[in-house]
Amino acid sequence: MNNISGKAAIVGIGMSQFSRNSGKTELRASCEVIRDALDDAGLVPLDIDGLVKQTDDASDEHAVTSSMGMDNLTFFGECRWDGAPCAMVLRAAVGVVAGVANYVVVYRAVNGASGVRMIPSMRTSGQMSTADLLQWTFHAPFGHVSEAGRVAMVARRYMHEFGATSKQFGCVTTVCREHGAKNPNGLYYNKPITIEDHQKSQSIVEPLKALDCHEEADCAIALVITTAEKARDLRQKPVYILGAAQTMVPETEEKNTYYRPDIAELAEVRESGKRTFEMAGVGTKDIDVAQLDDSYSPFVPMQLEALGFCGRGEGAAFCEGGDRIRIGGTLPMNTSGGSLGEGYIYGMNHIVEGARQIRGTSPNQVKDAGLSLVATGAGGPASALILGGSR
Amino acid sequence: MVMEYNPAIPLLRPYIDADNQGFWDAVKQHKLVFQRCKYCGLFVHRPRPMCPRCLSTEKEWVESDGKGIVYTWVNFVYANASYPGIQVPYTVIVVEMTEGVRMISNLYDVKPDEVYVGMPVEVVFDDVAEDLTLPKFKRRQV
Repeated sequence: MNNISGKAAIVGIGMSQFSRNSGKTELRASCEVIRDALDDAGLVPLDIDGLVKQTDDASDEHAVTSSMGMDNLTFFGECRWDGAPCAMVLRAAVGVVAGVANYVVVYRAVNGASGVRMIPSMRTSGQMSTADLLQWTFHAPFGHVSEAGRVAMVARRYMHEFGATSKQFGCVTTVCREHGAKNPNGLYYNKPITIEDHQKSQSIVEPLKALDCHEEADCAIALVITTAEKARDLRQKPVYILGAAQTMVPETEEKNTYYRPDIAELAEVRESGKRTFEMAGVGTKDIDVAQLDDSYSPFVPMQLEALGFCGRGEGAAFCEGGDRIRIGGTLPMNTSGGSLGEGYIYGMNHIVEGARQIRGTSPNQVKDAGLSLVATGAGGPASALILGGSR
Repeated sequence: MVMEYNPAIPLLRPYIDADNQGFWDAVKQHKLVFQRCKYCGLFVHRPRPMCPRCLSTEKEWVESDGKGIVYTWVNFVYANASYPGIQVPYTVIVVEMTEGVRMISNLYDVKPDEVYVGMPVEVVFDDVAEDLTLPKFKRRQV
């Protein structure tokens, strides 16, 4: 397999404030952050010839291009699933390394809090695609409709097999909120919580509590990707894409992974992590800072196991008390606050934070961070990146 | 605890197509069936157009003895994260069947604090509407 390690870089970042009501259409939010990302890189719309969109988003490529005078597009397409963010960067990197595009924009804009954004499985069956229906038909009639419910199902089995506790899950949220409390761009600036707050929070779908689950938010993010050669001539210090992978494994579904022999592990994360580390030619010990999928807190200990930062069943103990995963710990993670402590945009903010750590501009900067890991899509089709400041 | 449905809110119905019709036809007759590959004998659930092991489209519906164990389970306790047509709390389980397949269902007539992983269960058919029957599970004495 052709190794693209170090041949492409993130060269521009645009990100809106997280809010509960942006007051903007998702299209406008997309255009604004793309403009900011181009400005950050020192590029103009006519430089851009590639665009990677997330399937579920409303701001279509042609609407973006006609709004921005981005008239030179030759490489565009969509990625799907919650695990798309790192995969979108992979797609862009492949495009520029293969030479079919020069500068590719990856973007998402989501009015998750203010907009009408139904849980996909709550849509009426008539509007669903055949693939969705395979999930819907054997789940929804039993009232198994929410994403929290699907994650709770896996979390229960994980707790059963390894003795993980709700309090250990709560340590993840507590650390994310601790980091997010220092991030003025997030929803939870100056709003840390205690483990007692977590334990007292409303049960949503047992065993998950409210503070195990992300809240919906409004946010938009754009990234510009180009080749390592072109990156050198641009405005910012390049953030090189050293490893990138996207995976499905037997019986992968979007968080409905009940049908394979072992559901107490995140097999997609394990495989995408393995490929990402292999491409980058580094190991877990080399990673200075990690941004993991914390859309639901139980996914964090399970990802630590799947990515090899600890053994099977040791993830919850790894998170206990939070000392290993907070700033100053052996593996500082979700340093912007992540989904639980900054805001939810399916992990796009995790890529931004992973890149900021390499640039040295994080709100919770890890000193001399050289290698940054990002994982998106726990519990479904997953993807991962390893970012670095040198090739 | 028997599940209570709110008649003001439409039931969530299965989308029946040529691949899964045999399952729902059987359920209507109070039978639980699973798809088995005629060529290599692999059971799969949910139904799908071909056998993922040998790619044969020759398949048959085999009646199950309806017995299994609770593999994992959750309680929907918060109305805003649940289906509004069903009164909370309600329990959703993954059952591991004797055939080796797993299926999502509800636990019928068992209090949430009595559920545990490994609990023996057996199928019971709930005629939730004139034209909709769902295979649910109740505690099985062993």
